[in-house]
Amino acid sequence: MQGRLARRLVGSTMTGMTYGAAALAILPLAVILGMLLVKGAGSIDWNFFTKSAVPVGEPGGGFAHAIVGTLIIVGLACAVGVPIGVATGIFLAEFGGGRFGFVVRFIADVLNGVPSIVIGIFAWTWLVKPMGHFSALAGGVALGMILVPILARTTEEMVRLVPNSLREAALALGYPRWRTSLVVVVRTAAAGIMTGCLVAVARVAGETAPLLFTALGNQFFSTRVQGPMAALPLQVYVYALGPYDEWHRQAWAGALVLIVLVLALSLVARAVVRAKRQHA
Amino acid sequence: MVPRLATDALTAFYGTSTGVRDVTLACRQNTVTALIGPSGCGKSTLLRSLNRMHELVAGTRVSGRVLLDGYDIYEPGVNPVRVRRRIGMVFQRPTPFPTMSIAENVAAGLAVGQRISRSERAEIVEHALRRAALWDEVKDRLGDSPLELSGGQQQRLCVARTVAPEPEVILLDEPTASLDPAGTAHIEELVQELKREFTVVIVTHNLQQAARVSDVTAFFYLGELVEVGPTTRMFTAPTKPQTEAYITGRFG
Repeated sequence: MQGRLARRLVGSTMTGMTYGAAALAILPLAVILGMLLVKGAGSIDWNFFTKSAVPVGEPGGGFAHAIVGTLIIVGLACAVGVPIGVATGIFLAEFGGGRFGFVVRFIADVLNGVPSIVIGIFAWTWLVKPMGHFSALAGGVALGMILVPILARTTEEMVRLVPNSLREAALALGYPRWRTSLVVVVRTAAAGIMTGCLVAVARVAGETAPLLFTALGNQFFSTRVQGPMAALPLQVYVYALGPYDEWHRQAWAGALVLIVLVLALSLVARAVVRAKRQHA
Repeated sequence: MVPRLATDALTAFYGTSTGVRDVTLACRQNTVTALIGPSGCGKSTLLRSLNRMHELVAGTRVSGRVLLDGYDIYEPGVNPVRVRRRIGMVFQRPTPFPTMSIAENVAAGLAVGQRISRSERAEIVEHALRRAALWDEVKDRLGDSPLELSGGQQQRLCVARTVAPEPEVILLDEPTASLDPAGTAHIEELVQELKREFTVVIVTHNLQQAARVSDVTAFFYLGELVEVGPTTRMFTAPTKPQTEAYITGRFG
């Protein structure tokens, strides 16, 4: 009797502790969101999304230049990173059994661990310095370089999940290997690959360090990709470190917009997976 | 008369060991040949060598010949992809392509190679589904996902997909192993229908099924072809003692 009670107690305690650990893990996100909402929501207004920076002291400034800048730079990053990353992932899953596949996988894993500031310096050396000026293009390429190894590994995981029986069925129908990979395997893994892309893009949209050396930032609204461009995380950085209260307020608002963007992309990714599962 | 499909001293290797050795077998046109034997006897390995699926696994190879209408499909220079368009295969577990609709699944083997108009395609799909005895059950939902069908229906869909491009030979690898009795009965009826247009080779663990559906039965044991002959004779008066032992259920 005593033994059974003791066992039940230990069981409940352990279960309770796992719940506690989970709550502790969610806590930082809840606190961050709460804090950003409290400090930043008040500064979000129509001007914030439509006006660019104005001289200190003037009212009505906004982050339009930074929001548009982030969209352009992230767009460039996707154009560079998504095709190369996803194609590499498909290669690794379908044809990556041998020595070459092993090497590619290893390099991708190493690149995933390289600090983003190093990627930024690399892009500075090879793009900014030869071009002679900072540019959104260099920023896009730097972020794209961060995307490639992430997407290669997540795409590989998703494509590997496609059961081998499907590949066999396609091959038995007389599909050549490339057609099997493209039409059957990739199509089946498409939702998972897209989810991987959305999550990776959400992560890359918030990277600041690589942009410091490449896009640099810009006080003015610009869509010229060959020149410096503002970006949300850069603008938050500059404003947060500045001496003006007005700037601080806007930095909070910018951080809130950034995290809402990340959350929105993650929610879309989950919705895609759920829709796929219901359809199946 | 040249048999539709024949093997000549066919040996299939997994690395250095053999899955099946020195098999010489002939399948006449419009017959059903059943390959039977206990687990591991090599019947599936042999089947997969008939449409050059065996070589897709790393480290495998084949020696000997497989003759389709007298032409060796293993001759150097023969494209295995084209061989597989003439010899179709249905697997143990139904494998409809999940991202395609029912009609698209049936037409999946067609897209390879020919340019066909939409109405021709619809006709071919209907014809294939009728031959697979599935048309009446799916004619109103051709655009739906195949995953909504039952296991037996999915397997018939796979049969429809295999027959649509009009192969000459159809290989069935334990096609009813994952189906319930009703689904099994459907597929067995189907095999009898299919032999009118195609030459069928079926691997089965189920002796009664082999007796019911096949014209010729080949018994394998430990990678060798022990005995082959007309099904009625094989099941009533087998000549080799091993055959008799297996048929009467003493082992396997």
